[in-house]
Amino acid sequence: MKNNIHDLEEKFQARIDAGEKIEPKDWMPEKYRKTHIRQISQHAHSEIVGMLPEGNWITRAPSLRRKLGLLAKVQDEAGHGLYLYSAAETLGISRDQMFDQLHTGKAKYSSIFNYPTLSWADIGAIGWLVDGAAIINQVMLTRTSFGPYARAMVRICKEESFHQRQGYEIMLGLCRGTEEQKEMAQDALNRFWWPSLMMFGPKDEDSPNTEQSVKWKIKRKTNDELRQEFIDITVPQADFLGLKMPDPDLKWNEERGHYDFGEIDWDEFWQVVKGNGPCNKERLKARTDAWDEGAWVRDAANAYAEKQSLKKQSENNKKIAS
Amino acid sequence: MDNSLYQYLLILGDNSMILGHRLSELCGHGPTLETDIALTNISLDLFGQVRSYFQYAAKIADSEQTEDSIAFLRTERKYRNVLLVEQENVDFAHVIVRQFLFDGFHKLLLEQLMQSKDETISAIAHKSIKESKYHYRFSGDWLKRLGDGTEVSHKKAQDALNKLYPFTNEFFLESDIEKEMSAKGIGPNLNILKETYYSNIHQIIAEANLTLPIEKQRVAKGKLGYHTENLGYILAELQYMQRTYPNMQW
Repeated sequence: MKNNIHDLEEKFQARIDAGEKIEPKDWMPEKYRKTHIRQISQHAHSEIVGMLPEGNWITRAPSLRRKLGLLAKVQDEAGHGLYLYSAAETLGISRDQMFDQLHTGKAKYSSIFNYPTLSWADIGAIGWLVDGAAIINQVMLTRTSFGPYARAMVRICKEESFHQRQGYEIMLGLCRGTEEQKEMAQDALNRFWWPSLMMFGPKDEDSPNTEQSVKWKIKRKTNDELRQEFIDITVPQADFLGLKMPDPDLKWNEERGHYDFGEIDWDEFWQVVKGNGPCNKERLKARTDAWDEGAWVRDAANAYAEKQSLKKQSENNKKIAS
Repeated sequence: MDNSLYQYLLILGDNSMILGHRLSELCGHGPTLETDIALTNISLDLFGQVRSYFQYAAKIADSEQTEDSIAFLRTERKYRNVLLVEQENVDFAHVIVRQFLFDGFHKLLLEQLMQSKDETISAIAHKSIKESKYHYRFSGDWLKRLGDGTEVSHKKAQDALNKLYPFTNEFFLESDIEKEMSAKGIGPNLNILKETYYSNIHQIIAEANLTLPIEKQRVAKGKLGYHTENLGYILAELQYMQRTYPNMQW
C-alpha cells in the first residue's frame, strides 16, 4: 500500500513537472488538495471582504460616471468570489463550510482589506496598488497546476487589469486636479503603499509553505520575487503621477537592476494578520451580519423551491393517473 | 429652455437615481452572493438611465449644467422622485417589495415612453425597457419566494407590503408637468396605466400568498418636492463630495 501511494505521488509529480494540469477528479496527494482548498478559499474570501472598503464609497462617489465604475468594480469582485468558491468546491468543500471558516476566523483573507478607506482617493489607490499587486500574483496563478484555479484566474486577471487601469486613472485625475485633490492622492498613497507591499506575504526566509508550493507549481515565484516585481513596475507609475513614495530608502540600484527599498514594518503585518488591524473586527462583523441577517431569506428560498418541486411532482402524478 | 420638459426629465431621472442609491447601499451586504450581484446590477441599470436622462436635461438647460450638477447640486425640495423610492432598506423584504412595486410601474411607464414624441426619451425607454422587464421578473420571483416561503419570510413580506403599498398611489397622481407632457404626447396619461398596474401587481401578490393591506394610500407629493425625512440623509451622502470640493473634476 505504501509503495502504491509512493508510486501515485511520483506519477503526480511527473505530471506537474511535465506541465500538465491537475483536474478535480484526478488523484492528488491529500496535502495538495488541502493546500488548494486553503489557498483558493482564502482568495475567494479576499474578494468578498474586499468589497467592503470600496463599497464604503459607493454612496459618496463624486460623479455619476465614477459611481457606475465603482459599482461595477465591486460587483466584479463578487463575481470573482463566486468563480473561486466554485473552483474550491470541486475539491470537496461546500461554500457554506468555507463561509463558516471565514466567519469563525479559521480562514484568512488578504490583510490589506483591514485598512480603512478614508477619502475618495483611497478608491483610486486601491485600484492602482491593491489590484496592481493582486495582478502580479494572479498572472503567476494563471499557470498554476490546478486546472479550475488556473482557468478562473485567466478570467479574473482580465477584469483586474481593467480595475487597475481604472484606479490609476482616478489617481491621474486627482494629480492633474487642484492642490487639494493632489494632497488627497498623496495621502492615500502614503497610507496604502506599505500595506500593499505586505500583500505578498512574509519574507521568503519566514515563509515555510513556499518551497512545497513551488514544487507543486502552485507558486512559480517567491514572495520576495513578486514583491520586487511589483515595486519595479509601480515606482515609475508614481513618478508619472508626480507623487512621492513614502519610503526614504527607495532608490534605483543599477547593479541589481531593481529598486532597493526600506524595511517593511513586520510587527504591523503580524498584528493585522492576527486580527488586530485597524478594521479586522468591523470587516468580519459586516460579513457575519450579512450572513446571519440573510438566513431567513435563504430559508425562504429553499422552502419555496421545495414547495414548487412538490407541486410539480403531484401535477405529474395526476397526469400519469389520468 | 423648455422648462416643463426639463422638470419632466427630473421626475424620470430622480426615481431611478434615488432607488439606485438605496440599492447601492446594500452592495457587499446581500443575503447571498447571487442576490448581492443581482441587486447591484439593478442599481447599475438605474444609474445608467439616470445618466441618459440628465445628460439630455443638461443639453436642453439654459444655464451651464452637467449631468453631475443636476444629480448632485440641487436642494432637497428640487428633487422630484416619488416617496416610495426613498424609503429605507430596513430588511430584504422591504427591499424586494419596494423594488417590485416600483418595477411594476416602471415597466408600464417605459412601454408608454417608447412611443414618446420626444425622440431622445423614446430612445432611452427603448434601451431601458429590457432592463426593467428583468427587474420586474427578479423582484416578482423573490416576492413569491418570500411570501410563500417560510412563516418568518411571509410575515416580513406582508409587513413590508402593508407599509409600502400605500405609496403606490403617488405614481398616478398627475402633476401639472405630467399633464402637460401627456397633452404633448411626450409622456403617457398616467390614469390609463393605473388599472393595468394594479391588476398586474395584485395577481403576483396573490400568487405570493400575500394579502392587500387595508390602508391603500397616503398623502404623497414627492413629485412636487415634498419628501419624507429620508431624502435629506440620502442627499447628505450623495452630495458629499460635490459639496465639499466644489467645481472640481473627478
